[in-house]
Amino acid sequence: MFKRMSCKSNRNGERRMSVKSRRIGLNGDTAVAYAAKQANVDVISAYPITPQTIMVEKLAEYVNNGELDAVFIPVESEHTALSAAVGASLAGARVFTATASQGLALMYEILWIAAGLRTTVVMALGNRAFSPNINIHCSHDDLYAVRDTGWIELIAENVQEAYDLTLQAFKISEDKKVLFPSTISLDGFILTHSLEALYVIDDAYVENFLPPKDPVYPIDPNNPITYGPLDLQDYYIEHKKLQDYHFENSYPRILEIFQEYSEFTGRTYKPIKTYGLDDAEVAIMILGSSAGTARFVAKKLREKGQKVGVISLTLYRPFPVDKIKEATKGLKALAIMDRSLSFGSPGAQLYMDVASALVNEREKPLLFNVIYGLGGRDLTPDQVEYVFKKAQEYAKKGEVKELKLWVGVRE
Amino acid sequence: MSELKSIKTLKDIPRKEQFAPGHRLCAGCGIPQLVRFTLKAVPDPKIVVNATSCLEVASTIFPYTAWKIPWIHNAFENSAATASGIEAAFRALEKKKGIKKPKIIVFAGDGGTFDIGMQALSGALERGHDFIYICYDNEAYMNTGIQRSGATPKGAATTTSPAGRVIPGKQERKKDLIGIAIAHGIRYAATMNPAYPVDMYNKIVKAASIKGPVVLHYFTPCPTGWYFDPSLSIEVARLAVQTRLWPLYEYEDGKYKINIMVRRPKPIEDYFKLQRRFAHLLRPENKWLLDDIKKDIEENWKRLLRLAGIEA
Repeated sequence: MFKRMSCKSNRNGERRMSVKSRRIGLNGDTAVAYAAKQANVDVISAYPITPQTIMVEKLAEYVNNGELDAVFIPVESEHTALSAAVGASLAGARVFTATASQGLALMYEILWIAAGLRTTVVMALGNRAFSPNINIHCSHDDLYAVRDTGWIELIAENVQEAYDLTLQAFKISEDKKVLFPSTISLDGFILTHSLEALYVIDDAYVENFLPPKDPVYPIDPNNPITYGPLDLQDYYIEHKKLQDYHFENSYPRILEIFQEYSEFTGRTYKPIKTYGLDDAEVAIMILGSSAGTARFVAKKLREKGQKVGVISLTLYRPFPVDKIKEATKGLKALAIMDRSLSFGSPGAQLYMDVASALVNEREKPLLFNVIYGLGGRDLTPDQVEYVFKKAQEYAKKGEVKELKLWVGVRE
Repeated sequence: MSELKSIKTLKDIPRKEQFAPGHRLCAGCGIPQLVRFTLKAVPDPKIVVNATSCLEVASTIFPYTAWKIPWIHNAFENSAATASGIEAAFRALEKKKGIKKPKIIVFAGDGGTFDIGMQALSGALERGHDFIYICYDNEAYMNTGIQRSGATPKGAATTTSPAGRVIPGKQERKKDLIGIAIAHGIRYAATMNPAYPVDMYNKIVKAASIKGPVVLHYFTPCPTGWYFDPSLSIEVARLAVQTRLWPLYEYEDGKYKINIMVRRPKPIEDYFKLQRRFAHLLRPENKWLLDDIKKDIEENWKRLLRLAGIEA
């Protein structure tokens, strides 16, 4: 059952202590809860909402069984879940919360405050569609609703990543060059409720990567600070510029932490994942669990000699613009697949992100937007193949006939 | 470290100030007195959580602050929620790192308590967090320009319950905040008024001595929103008690006590005539509403007497 990961050298050439891991079976929710437990969180403040509920149930169980020395606040709403998390984080605690969909929408006001007050809250999102109509299954509405608010956004493709990214999220958020809250997104039900075999680091080794939180300017009666004052025309814009500057500057530090974790565990983490892009002429960009489906199809098509590739993101905010520019070089067409809508916009959220990232590039692929999978509708290999075919068609003609394409919808 | 100490006269109040002058609360506002007394009565270490409110905007205009202790503003409706998180964090950190847990004091206005903050307050009371929740009640949304709240008394004119020709001011009663708080099974709750400073100070001392949530409800006269001369602030506050409109009472472990027994109440008109928000109530065509308010006041007083076990 035990596995010793290979030793790796770090950038200074020093040999790192190898980490002992175990392979166990967990679903996405319990994997995230397990990581939060191993992170030895001080406070958990959460409210149940499908499909995230198992996380908070599991954490409550850890606390009540004495397996985790933390205070669990069983709050009366998601608004309070995040409000309390903000207070706890400012007080110096390592804090975890989780939500989905409507719960995230209810938190929306406090998302900005959590980021602006430079808290280090870590929040898992069991991605789920916004109402109406009420639907408990996967869309990416909630993860996109976070995008403007100043949170680091990490996206898991499978249960292993959900676990790994949760541990990394604490490290990233609490890093003194970062100090912004983080979300880890995992597709509702597809990942939250799917049992997978994954490697978990042995408890004794976790602290080597993630030492206890060393808070910056915590609430301290011996050093009184006024947090969240009234900030008017004479200073507000400077504060926002500073926040923006620091958020952008968190990017290189996040890459270093990814690298550190990769060396620590032997599992590679990078802001974007590419497949077949060395020679690809067309590609699909997609988030979350569907990336695997896209790669599966791409592999089949490549075996037939078609030059297709796949790009997926592990880091969504800050948006890895440089990596996307690099990855899309040489592509003739790129299908950007969104599991969401942005009504009345030129395209859905990921499309707009990529389009604006590439807008000033001299050579760039034709871009089009594909809407898929809303409310948990499966994305099938046939649909992915159809999207590749469309991309090839547009690439050949040199023009995009339909900017917004829907797949998997009954007409 | 200071200690909990009740007082007999105003002279006994500690001199140390932790709320600096230079804040921008209005002349005649009752809030600074509450804040100064609270910071004197509650021993260090302590921290303040402030809801979005008059106090918040007037005491922390960046780059200035009037607060000599840690002060946290999160949002409007979530001060009890923020306090919950801070209290939980210190409980964890006290155990894990030996950091001493400070006393947590919340200041919120009536809008932030009776209306938008009610759910968060209810949750925090039910969960039993160790904190002192103080609602300073100026009976409307004064910070945004005098809009009616669930704490606005019947008959009062506000910008969203104007004294119109058809509807003369607010037609609904004020919520019973203390009743709501007590219904959560908390140990201590009390009303306070700036015209009775010794009673007020000692209630804060009492509140600070109790482990678990407590709720204090403070009457704060608002010259700006009630339309009276700022020099009359304390007189207006005193009349509110003397007319039985604002009974001073406390609840502790199942027992009610009326702190200021008003045997011969002054006519409510004395209180109303000082404030323009009530001017329309003294006009003959609105006598029905005035009579209705008088009935409410009498019923409420009798209810409190019954609760306190006093024969009417």
